[in-house]
Formats: sequence, structure tokens, C-alpha cells
Amino acid sequence: MIETRLGDFEETVMLIVGILGDAEAYAFRIAKAFEQRTGRSISIGAVHSTLDRLETKGFVRSSLKNATSERGDRKKRIFVITALGKRVLKESMEFKVQLWKEYPAFAGKLGLTE
Amino acid sequence: MATKALRLFLREDLQEEVIGDLKENFDYDLDVGSRFRARLNYWKQVFLYLRPFAIRKLKGTSNISTAMYKSYFRAAMQNMVKNKLHAFINILGLATGIAVAFVISLWIYDEVSYNRNFSHYERIGQAFQNITANGEVDTWNNVPWPLGNEIRQHYGTDFRYVAMVSHVYPHTMEVGSEKYSKAGLFCEPDFYPLFDVTLTKGTFPVKDPSAILLSESTAIGFFGDKDPIGQMINMDGQSFQVGGVYRDFPQRSRWADVFFIGQWSKFAIIAELEKMDDPWRPNAFEMYVMLADGVDFASASTRIKDARLKNLSAALAVKKPEIFLHAMPDWHLRAEFSGGKQTGGLIQYVWMFGIVGVFVLLMACINFMNLSTARSEKRAKEVGIRKAIGSYRSQLITQFFSESILTVFVSLALAIGMTYLLLPVFNALAEKDMRLPWGNPLIWVSVVGAGIVIGLLAGSYPALYLSSIRPVGALKGAFKAGRGASLPRKVLVVVQFGVSAVMIIGTTAVFLQIEHGRNRPLGYRVNGLVSVPGITKDVHDHYDVIRKDLIDNGAIVELTECIAPTVGSWGSSSRIDWNGKDPDLSIDFTVFEASYEYGKTLQWEVVQGRDFSRDFPSDSAAVILNEEAAKYLDKEHVVGETLRSRTIPFTVIGVVRDIVFAGPYDPVRPSLYFLNKDQLNFLTLRLNPQKPVAASLAAIEAAIKPHMKGEPFSYQFMDAEHARKFGNEQRVSTLASVFAGLAIFISCLGIFGLSSFVAEQRTKEIGMRKVLGANLSQLWILLSKDFVVLVIISCFLAVPLAYWILQSWLESYTYRVALPWWIFLTATAGTLVITMLTVSWHVIRVARVSPASTLKIE
Repeated sequence: MIETRLGDFEETVMLIVGILGDAEAYAFRIAKAFEQRTGRSISIGAVHSTLDRLETKGFVRSSLKNATSERGDRKKRIFVITALGKRVLKESMEFKVQLWKEYPAFAGKLGLTE
Repeated sequence: MATKALRLFLREDLQEEVIGDLKENFDYDLDVGSRFRARLNYWKQVFLYLRPFAIRKLKGTSNISTAMYKSYFRAAMQNMVKNKLHAFINILGLATGIAVAFVISLWIYDEVSYNRNFSHYERIGQAFQNITANGEVDTWNNVPWPLGNEIRQHYGTDFRYVAMVSHVYPHTMEVGSEKYSKAGLFCEPDFYPLFDVTLTKGTFPVKDPSAILLSESTAIGFFGDKDPIGQMINMDGQSFQVGGVYRDFPQRSRWADVFFIGQWSKFAIIAELEKMDDPWRPNAFEMYVMLADGVDFASASTRIKDARLKNLSAALAVKKPEIFLHAMPDWHLRAEFSGGKQTGGLIQYVWMFGIVGVFVLLMACINFMNLSTARSEKRAKEVGIRKAIGSYRSQLITQFFSESILTVFVSLALAIGMTYLLLPVFNALAEKDMRLPWGNPLIWVSVVGAGIVIGLLAGSYPALYLSSIRPVGALKGAFKAGRGASLPRKVLVVVQFGVSAVMIIGTTAVFLQIEHGRNRPLGYRVNGLVSVPGITKDVHDHYDVIRKDLIDNGAIVELTECIAPTVGSWGSSSRIDWNGKDPDLSIDFTVFEASYEYGKTLQWEVVQGRDFSRDFPSDSAAVILNEEAAKYLDKEHVVGETLRSRTIPFTVIGVVRDIVFAGPYDPVRPSLYFLNKDQLNFLTLRLNPQKPVAASLAAIEAAIKPHMKGEPFSYQFMDAEHARKFGNEQRVSTLASVFAGLAIFISCLGIFGLSSFVAEQRTKEIGMRKVLGANLSQLWILLSKDFVVLVIISCFLAVPLAYWILQSWLESYTYRVALPWWIFLTATAGTLVITMLTVSWHVIRVARVSPASTLKIE
């Protein structure tokens, strides 16, 4: 199996980072988006620790940005996917698509055949 | 508030963003739900930030290198070597405690893992029944044989397997010309999947009732390397053919001594089950079931409750038998019943020893903490200097912790060594075969974990308190632990000695109870009685000749042929009737049958009427009662009364003193003695006390063996058999005294260590007192007083506790000793004396030193 170096939860978080974009991708928003999309509750701390890990792996980078009054004039840390992160995401997706193709029960039924 | 908590642990660089996020989250929650919910969630979020990445690093610990740890280790070693006595006491006490806890855990594990090898452990049950007689409920593990079919037919959906099984007892097996005695059982085919019977050779029997399965060990014993399949075996006058070989049952399981498995269909032929006139009456068989999926024991028990009752005639239905299931996990540990309720069993001992183990370990830890704390006061100077040189507080904390953890690990190693050496001794005492589970990683993880926890606990006082003192005060020598420090130490000493006193009292009480049972009048002379089991027709036919020969050559005084050995009973009957019997009274009489000489052989005491005699031909229709049975007749003169057994009339010719044949603490059962001139099971002989036992036994063997016609000849001493009934209590008593001894040893080590520090601390004071004219005895009183007061307090706490525990323990015995007041007094006095002796050793040493040498300025 290819070493993707990307856990399932990490992958989800990264995708959400990508979806939310430059303005919105910080821990609280990501946690909320995750809750809305999956219906599972998650603590901000858990998301934060995952983001921290992703940053050490070099898949995302972060910077402190504009403080808003609704958070008591505190800055937020916005996360952005790096080029390496994008590549890893793509590899992971391709790897899974490959697996789906080889799974006989579904092959050809999901529109995955070229 | 929560934000403060967060600031406390959160990495500084993260604080701004995190608090911002949480604030936003809080506002969001406010919009959606109540304020309370929002607050709750805020706390939850803060709590969930307790993650390794987010927590700030402790100041000061980051710059500790391996060199520092090396230095801590060296300092710890130096400290140990410098205070040899102290280190020795500490390590030895702790190691003893840990070793005791080890051994007890092994024992508990061994007891709890009984029967666990069966893969359906949780789902297997045995059918029991509650029988009501005279308003009292008795619980039996035997059931009538048609119950199996009844359950299968009418309650089949509740059970996956149902198997009737015969009792396990030794049978004589003939293989070729060899004879063996092997225990085994007969069962219905559901038994095989029920108890995971696995065949290594052959097949499970299908049609042929005479096919038999042998255990692997038995097959090798019988046939060696030959193929056992198809070999013929004679047993119980029937011939069997070996159909298969099964893997021996595990040692610690119900079927450990089942060496052959025969088939129920064959058993039905041998025992003539189909020919019984009332098959629902005799309770002589066992039934095992496995529950179907989704069924639990309670509901299945309720449904099958009346399975027997509804098949009984009105006369037997009076006893209201209720069938219920006894689950396999309870077989070994909870097998005692009283009044139809489960009352416990071995589980009580498991609890008892478990608590003892916890306490002994606790005491060892208490000691360890006590000694470390007491000694730490002396190290205040060291702390002062270290601080003055520039130690961080965190470094001092690490140093004290590493010291105590090092001590704990040395003790752990010693404890494992002690356990290894003591286990064979313990095995012999407890009649077990336990081994150290070297290979189990879980054990090692928990041992190391426990070591670290004990080390941290014991080191916590010096580590956390001493490291905080101000170096200036400490270096000036002004440092003194306050009152606050000595109070917990006093409490610990009280707890320790309380536990020791309870153990001393408990051990004495168990011992007294055993002695009480031993001194119980048995109603006959048990010494010098020998029983020969399994006698043949030929022995019976030559009864008179054998008797005359043996008496003439002086080997024996008397002998008798009887149905049961004197230390047990083999039969009882409830169909006993007499004129004026209360029709509601339903009582089981124990029935003994024997030849004329029974009474003379046992040397029982006739209190009314007379013994059986050959001079009265009418004695074949006579009966002798014990005193307990005579009470039931409720008449002033029972001699001459008529008793009917199954409607056959017998005349009462005598009453004898109650004979204790069951357990030494059990109540005496009403018993009837009948004359029986047929062939019976045993020959019981009264040895001639004037002749050496060995010579008598040789004469007996020579007289009887020729008539045994190849059946095995053996004999049992009745006094030895009687003594075996004390086994359980004897074992508990031995173990309890060993543990009590160790507990006292540990407490003494503790107080020894403590008193040595107290004496050392007060060296100067003692010197002054001596100069001012105090003599040795005054000093002795001065120094021992504190400890004596503590011990007295602990005894006051221990006595009521011990009394309460022992009363509830003794309640399980019908024949029990009354707790004499002096055992409490003796235990208190004993504990005091031990304390005084321990303390005095130091006191006298210190008090004898010349004041000139202690008072001089350093």
C-alpha cells in the first residue's frame, strides 16, 4: 500500500480548509463546518491539534490575521493548504479511486471507468 | 474562570487565537441554546484542549540532561549506602508487603480462573432444586433422570444443549488381566459440545451403547503405544469397546478427574432406569444445560421451576421441588446455599484474602512513606545547600522522586525474588499448583506501573514540601516540620496497628474454632478404627471365620460389616412413620445398616434400652435411634415403640448417644440404625490397642485379601478421614497466621524505623535530662509513651471491628465456639508488648550514651 502519510480525519480537515478558503479557515469555523457536514460533534481542541500536526507535516501553513470585534479583538489563525498538501490530497484521492476500480462489486457502476 | 484555567496550561503563543475561537463558539452557542449550555460547552472545549501539543512546557525541566539523571541516581545510591539501616528497613518492609500482595493475587487469580477453559463458560448451567421440608428449604444438586427429556420436550427453546450426567466416581476397569480404578461418568451426547470434548483419535459413539471414550492419559496408561481404538474393557460387569480418545480436561475444571466417558444409553441399562416404578422420585443424577442465544439464567430458571413438581404424585409434591439453574461462573466460587438462597462459598475467602492482601500492601506503603517523611526532616539542610548553590525547585522534586522510585524498584526486585522462593511453600499450604506468570506482559506492565505509583506517593511529601523551604531558615537549622506533618504519621501508625490487631484476633479465633471442632464429643471412639471398602460376596460369606481368626490372633477387638464408613452417611429416608407423628412433619432420617457387631466395634454409648444382640432373633425387625431421632418421637420412653419404614414395622430397642458422622461443625442429624445381614459395602475393624498397628494391619490383609477375589484391597483410618474434614479451616488458619505474622513484622519494621528517628532527634534532650538526674526507666517511659498511646488507640478501634467480622464468620457454623473475651485482651496486650520491645531497643541504646558525648558542641 502506498504510504499517504495522511489520516482519514486529517484528510477531511484539510478538505474543509480548502473549501472554507482564505477568510474562513480557522479552528472554530472548521470545527463547525465539520459538525454540519458529518453530524458528528467535535471539540475545537481536537481540530486544532490536527491542524497543528498537519502544519508540522508541511501540508498546511498558517498566519495570524485580522482581529474582529465578535471575538473580543483577538486575532485568528488562518490555515492555507500548501503545494505539498495539495499533492498529498490528490495522491490520496487517486489511490482510493484506484482501489474502487479494483473492487469488483462496484467496478464500472460508479462511473469511474474511463 | 474557565479562561483562567485555560491560560494556566495553554502554550503562550496559542493563547490569543484559542481564546478568540472559544469566545466565538460561546457566542454561537448562546444564539442556539441557553446560557448554561453555552457555559458548559465552553468548559468542555477548554478541557478538550488538554492535548500534548497545546500544553505549555514546565519551566526548568527542559534543560535536564542525562547527566543530571545520572547525578540523581548517584545521590540516591549514596543516600542509601549512608543510611544502611534505614534503607534496609525500608526496602525489606516494602518488599515483604509486595511479595504478600503478589502471592495473594496469584491465589485469587487461580481461584477465579476455575472452569474458565470451557468456551461456553458464561452460558453453561447445572440444574439444582430447592426442596422444602418442615418449612426449611434445602438445596440439592441432584435431579431425577426424566428431567432431561422433560426439559428438552417442553422447554427446548430456552436451551441449546441439555445433557443428563451420572455422578463421577471410581469404577474398577479390567483391561486384559490388569485391573485399574478410574473415575469417570456416563452422559448424554449433548455433553460433548457442551464441555468442548475434543477427540484426538476415533469418533464420538453414535449407535453402539457399549462404546466408551477414554482420556488421552488413561489410554496411554492402559494401552501404551498400541492403538486404543476397538480395545475391550470390562467395567461394572459389562464389556465396553473403546470408540475414541479425548484430550484430558484442564486441571482446574469441574471434570479434571474424568478419565472415561460412557454413554447414557448404556448407563440406563446398567442402572435399570426404565424399570424404576417411580422415576421422578430418586434424585441421583446431574443435569447440565447451555442456554440458547438471548436467554438468561434468571428467566430460564423461572420457566423451568415446576418441571419436576408437575410430574410428582401428591405425596411427593408436598416438598415443592423448584428447579433452577446454577451458572458455571458460580460453580467454584458460590456453591453454598442456605434457605434456598445462594450464600457464597469460596468467594468469601477470595474476598477475605483480597482484603488482607490490600491491607498488607497498604501497610508496607504507609511505612515506606512514614519513614521517608520522618527522615526528610533531617535532609532539610541538604535541601538548603542545594538551593543555595542554585538548584531549581523542579530539580529537587525530580531528585526526591527518583530516590523513592529507585527504592521502590529495588524492593520490587526483592519482592519478585521472595515470591519465587516462597511460592512452593505457599503452594503446599494452600494445596495449589501456582506459578509465576513470567511470560505475561500485562503483569510486568502493572508491576512497573504500581512501582511508579508507590514511588510517587511515598516521595510526594519530601519532594513537594521540602523542596519549597527557604534555604536561609533551613541552613540556620531552624527548620522543623510542624504539627501538621506529624498528625498524618500518627494516623498511619494507628491504622497499621489496628490492622495487625484485627489479624491477631482473627487468627486466634480461627484456631479456637478448629480446636472446638476437634474437641467435640463424637459419640464413639474414632481412634483405632479401620475401614476396608468394596468387600466381595466371598468376604461376606466368610464373615464369621474372618472375625473369629482376627480376634483370636489379637489383631482386632471387634469388626462389623456396614453400609457406610463411620465418617459419612450413604443413605437417608423420609418415609419413616410412627403412631402420633404430626402429618405435616417431613423429615429425612439418616439410615445406617450394619451387622450385629456395629455398636461394639464403634464403642458407642447406649443411653436407653440395649444394643443389637444375637440372643434376640426378633432383632432383624428392630431399630436403634440416636438421641436426636428420639427427640422427634416426642415420647418419654421410646424403647418398645414401633417405627414404620416404608410401612414395614420395626421395634425400637435402644437409644444411643449422638454420633458425629458428618462435618465436625454440622448439626447432628436424626439417625436410625438397622440390622442387615446381607452383603454390605464396608468392613470396619476396631484394632487391638495392645498390638502394634503394622502387625494388626498385616494380619487383617492376610485374612481378608484371599477373599477379595482380585478386587483391590485397601483400608482407611477413620481418625485420618475425620481429620481431613478440618482441611478447609486448617488451611485458612495456617494462611491467616502466616499473613498476620507478616503484617506484624511489617508494622514492627515501621515502628522500629520511626522510633530510631525519634530517639535520634531527641538525643540532646535526653542528654540534658540525664545531666539533671533522670534515670533509665524515666527516659524509657518518656520515649515510649507516644507510641503506646497510639497503639492503645488502634486497639480500641480494632477490637469492635474484629468482633463484628468474627461473629459474622462464625455464624456459618452450627457448632461454633463462643468468642472468649480474653482473646481481645491478649491481642491488645500482645500488640503492646511487641511495640514496647521494638521501641525499647532504640530508647535504651540512646539513653545509655554518656551525656558528655551527646551534649558537646559539634
